Amino acid sequence: MDMQTKKEENATVVTIIGRLDAVTAPEYEKKLNELIAGAEASFVVDFDQLDYISSAGLRVLLATAKRLKGKGGQMRFANVKGAVKEVFDISGFGSIFQMDDSVDAALAKLPA
Amino acid sequence: MQWDKLHCAATLEHLVLVTEFVEECADRSDLAAKKKFGALLAVEEAFVNICSYAYPEGSGEVEVACGADGDAFVLEVADKGSPFDVLSLPEPDTTLDIMDREIGGLGIHFIRKLSDRVSYRRENGQNILRMVFQRTPVDLP
Repeated sequence: MDMQTKKEENATVVTIIGRLDAVTAPEYEKKLNELIAGAEASFVVDFDQLDYISSAGLRVLLATAKRLKGKGGQMRFANVKGAVKEVFDISGFGSIFQMDDSVDAALAKLPA
Repeated sequence: MQWDKLHCAATLEHLVLVTEFVEECADRSDLAAKKKFGALLAVEEAFVNICSYAYPEGSGEVEVACGADGDAFVLEVADKGSPFDVLSLPEPDTTLDIMDREIGGLGIHFIRKLSDRVSYRRENGQNILRMVFQRTPVDLP
């Protein structure tokens, strides 16, 4: 998995690329924890280039979203589609995340 | 049927080896993309469960076997841990927050949902989880 982060005006966009599995999930959690500790309060996670996710990946997505929420921050997911979307749906908790069809749409819904 | 087999230690660093092995085998078996995704996810969940729970005393081995059998792509994951039928776990309560669910419950839920058939057997001192994926869609006339 590769990760890229880009600071936009009102949020940090985190792009995850490749596979979010039992091996790579800890990398995501570490990176997000660093950003949250760095006082970023708003995130958009872009799934456009994510090909694969497993239960270990879902766990770290939720753990970091919860940590951020505990600090009063917000996280939105953009471009969750295809097989990755199906895994969200099967898990039964896809609806607890805030989903948007594009990064721009997600940014527009976060506080300015 | 022709089985392809892979043996490796039950440690997470071998996950890539396991998934690449299954992917190559699925490609040789002409498994459709969607079914292949399901097989790769199912094998990760089964393998990670073994890494986490099968050998509490230390290290152990995993055997992954797969191949085409008629209309089916068959995938078996075996460990030599204490007898344990992962399918005996109750279905997760999907209304509960994931963090509050039984550990391992979501992985086995994915295995059940993404495979067309799944079964457990104890054989020659091994726990064997057998997952079957249909290779060809049923063509309606």
